[in-house]
Amino acid sequence: MEFGFTTAAYVVAAVLFILSLGGLSGQESAKRAVWYGIVGMGLAVAATLVGPGAGYWFLSLLMIIGGGIIGHQLATKVQMTQMPELVAAMHSLVGLAAVFVGYIAHFELNRVFGMGMGSRNALEGFAAMLAHKSGVEIAILRVELFLGVFIGAITFTGSVIAYGKLAGRVNSAAQKLPGGHFLNIAAAAIAVLTLVWYFNTGGFLPLFIMTLAALFIGYHLIMGIGGADMPVVVSMLNSYSGWAAAAIGFSLGNDLLIVVGALVGSSGAILSYIMCKAMNRSFVSVILGGFGGPAGEQMAVEGEQIAIDSDGVATALNEADSVIIIPGYGMAVAQAQSSVAELVRKLRAQGKNVRFAIHPVAGRLPGHMNVLLAEAKVPYDIVMEMDEINEDFPTTDVAIVIGSNDIVNPAAQDDPNSPIAGMPVLECWKAKQVFVSKRGQGTGYSGIENPLFYKENTRMFYGDAKKSLDELLPKID
Amino acid sequence: MKIGTPKEIFEGENRVAMTPASARDLQKLGYDCVIESGAGKAAGFSDAAYKDAGVEVVKTGTALFKAADIIAKVRPPSDAETKRLREGQTLISFFYPAQNDKLMDLANKQGATVIAMDMVPRISRAQKMDALSSMANIAGYRAVIEASNNFGRFFTGQITAAGKVPPAKVLVVGAGVAGLAAIGTATSLGAVTYAFDVRPEVAEQVESMGAEFVFLDFKEEQQDGAATGGYASVSSPEFAAAQLAKFREIAPDMDIVITTALIPGRDAPELWTKDMVESMKPGSVIIDLAAERGGNCKLTVMDEKVVTENGVTIIGYTDFPSRMAAQSSTLYSTNIRHMMTDLTPAKDGVPVHNMEDDVIRGATATHAGEVTFPPPKPKIAAIAAAPKKAAPKELTAEEKRAAETAAFKLQTRNQVSMLAIGGALLLAIGLVAPASFMQHFIVFVLSVFIGFQVIWGVAHSLHTPLMAVTNAISSIIILGALVQIGSGSFLVIILAALAVFMTGINIFGGFLVTRRMLAMFQKS
Repeated sequence: MEFGFTTAAYVVAAVLFILSLGGLSGQESAKRAVWYGIVGMGLAVAATLVGPGAGYWFLSLLMIIGGGIIGHQLATKVQMTQMPELVAAMHSLVGLAAVFVGYIAHFELNRVFGMGMGSRNALEGFAAMLAHKSGVEIAILRVELFLGVFIGAITFTGSVIAYGKLAGRVNSAAQKLPGGHFLNIAAAAIAVLTLVWYFNTGGFLPLFIMTLAALFIGYHLIMGIGGADMPVVVSMLNSYSGWAAAAIGFSLGNDLLIVVGALVGSSGAILSYIMCKAMNRSFVSVILGGFGGPAGEQMAVEGEQIAIDSDGVATALNEADSVIIIPGYGMAVAQAQSSVAELVRKLRAQGKNVRFAIHPVAGRLPGHMNVLLAEAKVPYDIVMEMDEINEDFPTTDVAIVIGSNDIVNPAAQDDPNSPIAGMPVLECWKAKQVFVSKRGQGTGYSGIENPLFYKENTRMFYGDAKKSLDELLPKID
Repeated sequence: MKIGTPKEIFEGENRVAMTPASARDLQKLGYDCVIESGAGKAAGFSDAAYKDAGVEVVKTGTALFKAADIIAKVRPPSDAETKRLREGQTLISFFYPAQNDKLMDLANKQGATVIAMDMVPRISRAQKMDALSSMANIAGYRAVIEASNNFGRFFTGQITAAGKVPPAKVLVVGAGVAGLAAIGTATSLGAVTYAFDVRPEVAEQVESMGAEFVFLDFKEEQQDGAATGGYASVSSPEFAAAQLAKFREIAPDMDIVITTALIPGRDAPELWTKDMVESMKPGSVIIDLAAERGGNCKLTVMDEKVVTENGVTIIGYTDFPSRMAAQSSTLYSTNIRHMMTDLTPAKDGVPVHNMEDDVIRGATATHAGEVTFPPPKPKIAAIAAAPKKAAPKELTAEEKRAAETAAFKLQTRNQVSMLAIGGALLLAIGLVAPASFMQHFIVFVLSVFIGFQVIWGVAHSLHTPLMAVTNAISSIIILGALVQIGSGSFLVIILAALAVFMTGINIFGGFLVTRRMLAMFQKS
């Protein structure tokens, strides 16, 4: 059976998906781009439902509608601060779906080859497609679906753990079972062995054992990565979900799946690369978890952290002409984005130049801070990237650090022995005055002492970010 | 503890070191306040106003010195006043310890602690108690006002029915605090303002105040002001000559000249010579803010107004802040109050003289029976020294071309080798794999290629929406489940239905949340 119409629809859908991703290059074109994606997806699903997937179309439709209702609920209820969790949770669904689809392909493959020649010709749909395959093609098919299940399973457990860490249900510190990476290597070795086994026999057992191994790798790999590296993890999982889709596309011989899988896979890979570069760490070192040990004696930090109250901050802000705000994960945790936005609105009403400096790895998701600020109605043209704004700090009167730590750590530049040496950081200490809103003394996630807090022009504004800002707001006039 | 302010006994001094407002703030720090009757009168603060603010008013200076533990005043104390100081008493005032060592020794002999407001180090933290700056600001403003009072024309240019009035031309020499204040006042009155300073790095500040910086045609590198705590230093003879030549050139054009040039610990440098005065138009005005230290113009007479033979008025007043006593008292008393805030960390009315603190240490001239002047250099520099910029090496056209060619060659080599390796790999796979696989494989490779091309263009700020949307479209895997669902056994139906369900969540959830996020991005 040929479905010329379906193929044509797939081509259109593929083009729409590419346009949809390409449109994200600007805020305005993005609003149009998301519609391309929606139309592409609708077209692809509809074409499949009337074409090759017509079998149980009613059940399919029911399931889509059911899922759609839940998806709608999730998407409208979710707080913007919870975006990282939501994205991670949704990746896990794609991973699990890939595992299921891979399994089905396996079952069908075995069923079809268990039949006689006559009944094979009578098959319909997916099974019919399988029936026409030659020996080599079957062998390749096995590798493909094996890979699809493998990547899908890693994505599934990895995303579940990432979700747990981001939602605070799993301890976000890096944890490893005794044996560390040897366990992962062993699990990977098992997967390779079962691949050979499966390649030769086509039995269910090797596939199943491999799935368990992959589930374990996903779990253990992500458990070993700490909270601050989550932007890399989430984009890596994003990439994996794409590769899983592509592998499944190969095994089903579906070009649209391959195209989309490859797009998503490369997108996630690029995001991971950008995040790693922003932390000056290699992808491997992030995935292997934890920071490398310091290469030598770290510079001692001299001086003391000097606290300031909201009156002091208000006076400085009232006098300042230019202000740069550096938000971090702490702002998301305290849900302080609307207070920050209110502060910015007030300061801008006085004609001050107020801007935001966003480090690429601020938050727990690439672009996390941008979304939070956008939610709080901060105009995006005053939200700057690190490279755009870093050289403006020396001419800035006040820099306010809200809940960020490592991304403003001068040790990255000054101390070659610091674990984050060489990581690009926001040079806020060059501003005339720096206020750091922070819950209390103590180091951030990475456990690295931050000399910024001890600098002469730095004042610590202790307390919950939202409470501190709300206390500050009435004093700005 | 009690803070007391006596009436200033210096002839013509109108300022007072405590105002009713500052007294209220001092009481919040836990201090009691006391003032000599009539101390605030010249600055416009009546005894009744002080009483309303909860300040005790005593009749005589002697009684005040007895009552107060801390004496806050403006001018350095007279010998008589100093003799009234007693063991453990603290005096806060302008003191100029470098010039007044006899007075300092006397105060030390009395056992008093002296905090010299003129010695507060120039670091950002101490700006709020920098009385020299707040007084200089007033002097700069008042200098322009005095000039306009003695100048027979408008400052601003006007074209009226009765004729055209050219704008006054004002030159401000020395762009310190006073100079900048003068520039700001002169420009806001509408004058065309020029300014000069030996520290080239202040050109930006001068321009930000609306004046034009007078640059010298002089090559020698000037010492960075940061090395001297932001103050000017002595210039080389060649530089001074070039400077005078420039002034001589522009002198006939200037209607008003305000000189503020001072070098710490020295007599004022002569910048406006007799011949420059003679070349100025009749009716022009010179305000010499350095009169107290000999004047930047040699014709200046301290504390007096003189008119030269060619009709140029030269004003050498030294009491500009005192001429605006209400304003200067308010600012000075606030400086004092800030000093007390730093001295009273617990806000309990008991000063803690922390000699580890840079600011307190720097301002203290005598303490605990010892002369502590001069203070050690503050731990931190007032202004970060500007790193010397190494001039970027000018590449010749040939070198540039060579570098470009090399970069181009490297890029070409990289690309070609990548293409060769990729092509070889594809061919190798093509040799063994069946045609149906290759067909899909090519689609895959091209898609990855497109993906890499497209994703680099995505704005950083849209990375979260990108993740959400790629997540939604990665649910394209639903197609696989849809194709399979009708294919076979019950188990298959269940698994496929579940897969469809889960991807359904993802498709709707992903696209909706993306739309929600994108709708939030707004332009200002």
